[in-house]
Amino acid sequence: MLEIIDIHKTFNAGTINEKRALQGVSLHLKPGDFVTVIGGNGAGKSTLMNSVSGAYPVDEGKILIDGVDVTHLPEHKRAQYIGRVFQDPMMGTAATMQIEENLALAARRGKIRTLRTGITKKERALYKEQLATLGLGLEDRMTAKVGLLSGGQRQALTLLMATLQKPKLLLLDEHTAALDPKTAAKVLETTQRIVERDNLTTLMITHNMRDAITYGNRLIMMYDGRIVVDVSGEEKKKLTVEQLLSLFSKASGSDEVNDKLLLS
Amino acid sequence: MERLLNFGNALPGVLSLGLIWGIMAIGLFITYKILELSDLTVDGSFCTGGAVCIVMMAMGQPTWLAMVCAFLAGMLTGAVTGFLHTTCKIPAILAGILTQLGLWTINMIIMGIEKGELVSTLTIPARNSKPLVSAMFLKTALNGTKPVYMYPPFVLVVITACIIGLLYWFFGTERGASIRATGANEHMARAQGINTNANKMLGLMLANGLVALSGSLFAQYNGNSEINMGRGAIVIGLAAIIIGDVLFGKLFKNFALKLLAVSFGAIVYYLVIQAVLTLLQVDSQYLKLMSAAIVAIFLTVPNLGGHSFKKHKKEAPVCSK
Ligand SMILES: Nc1ncnc2c1ncn2[C@@H]1O[C@H](COP(=O)(O)OP(=O)(O)O)[C@@H](O)[C@H]1O
Ligand SMILES: [Mg+2]
Repeated sequence: MLEIIDIHKTFNAGTINEKRALQGVSLHLKPGDFVTVIGGNGAGKSTLMNSVSGAYPVDEGKILIDGVDVTHLPEHKRAQYIGRVFQDPMMGTAATMQIEENLALAARRGKIRTLRTGITKKERALYKEQLATLGLGLEDRMTAKVGLLSGGQRQALTLLMATLQKPKLLLLDEHTAALDPKTAAKVLETTQRIVERDNLTTLMITHNMRDAITYGNRLIMMYDGRIVVDVSGEEKKKLTVEQLLSLFSKASGSDEVNDKLLLS
Repeated sequence: MERLLNFGNALPGVLSLGLIWGIMAIGLFITYKILELSDLTVDGSFCTGGAVCIVMMAMGQPTWLAMVCAFLAGMLTGAVTGFLHTTCKIPAILAGILTQLGLWTINMIIMGIEKGELVSTLTIPARNSKPLVSAMFLKTALNGTKPVYMYPPFVLVVITACIIGLLYWFFGTERGASIRATGANEHMARAQGINTNANKMLGLMLANGLVALSGSLFAQYNGNSEINMGRGAIVIGLAAIIIGDVLFGKLFKNFALKLLAVSFGAIVYYLVIQAVLTLLQVDSQYLKLMSAAIVAIFLTVPNLGGHSFKKHKKEAPVCSK
């Protein structure tokens, strides 16, 4: 479903601030794969995701989604294949627009926006149903401005928006990191439920190693712009945090970064 | 007493000018409030509208056609700024200034199209003069013999209502909503597959089309177009938006009402100006400084934290209907 072939990305090339954020990353996701991504701060996890979503172009390499080469497609065109939830709860929704308006915008992802009405009665009924499944009471506040919602509510809404139209690929970049533990757990639960229900191919970055082990059928770890650990299937199920740590120090060849990963 | 009488006599004219500039301000509202872009094209595109309209009327074209062309010409100016901003990646403010500067010459070329030279003022010859609104009409018709639908304020109220209605409809469509989303949160917009550059372009075109339409009405009202007619338009537009928001913001939540508030804001602005001119008899040369000061104060107040003035939080873009 997703094929990343040897992509490279360097920021500020040729300056003293040069940062080689991705140094040859290849990754192949089968339909229905739910891959968790861990790695220390600055390992290149977000850069990987932004390269896939098209937020910025890669310097080298290829990206294919469901067989379509999207390497040179602009971000808004790739959006027809991709659902996204960002780390910052402010980023995924339009604060000054209503809940139902946000959903209506998301429902038209990848479609031509015409001069037909922006939201129909039929849609409203559908959104009400969908919002109810979140269990946050948002179904009774459909015309409230999204800016009035809490971070957790906004992330849940963004998740719903990302999956309202089944995406070929769901990208989650530490989407629970800004939330308090209880809310984070709830949003993660919702994520799991939706991913399972729609059998979504998912890439989820997390800073929580336990979550990385618990969720998904495959786990990758990044270090210094590369994928250094890649476990899946039975092997992943049996994984412990301690094992993960030792895998990491082996891959990175140092103990000191061990702490770096733990701390992040 | 005499001053008061003068003020009273001036009211129909004040109302007309307020409504005309209100249309300009509504255009500005699209870029400034909905798209959160500071578009300085307007000082130039206002005159472009006037120039195109007067040239066409001078050549004997029907008034309605002249106005349609003025609107289209305004859209073109917006497209130039949009191109400079989205494709050439020039900051919006600078892109607008560049277009505005270029329009200075273009507008003189347009006005001089018949003579084949640069012209800075163009008057409609009397034989071709069929303006939709005119100051002359107000002066000659005060004895009250003309039907009400011919009075400029009436005509302008109808035009304004049509524009507000159309915009209300448009910003409720799929495309219109995507423009609002572009202004509200570009990240979200792109993640939802919205071409934010195309939408900024469209918004700038629509806005400057309205500004030019307003310019065409202003030129008809005065009976001529003049190269300086748009100077300071942006300040008047901002004043209208801010005054409208301060006076009616609490009351008007609906999108159409917000646009109406902008029009009201422009009328109030002109009332105040007229009061200062006739009641206080201030020299009109002071007007620009006063306008600039008023707008600066109103833009500052919301940022002061609200202890000296009514609490008026810095407002997010108007993206909801
Ligand atoms: N837009 C950018 N400009 C310059 N440097 C960047 C940019 N985005 C990320 N980087 C750098 O690239 C490296 C990888 O960043 P990122 O992918 O965000 O890491 P993380 O794994 O923490 O998500 C970091 O050193 C970061 O400073
Ligand atoms: Mg990151």
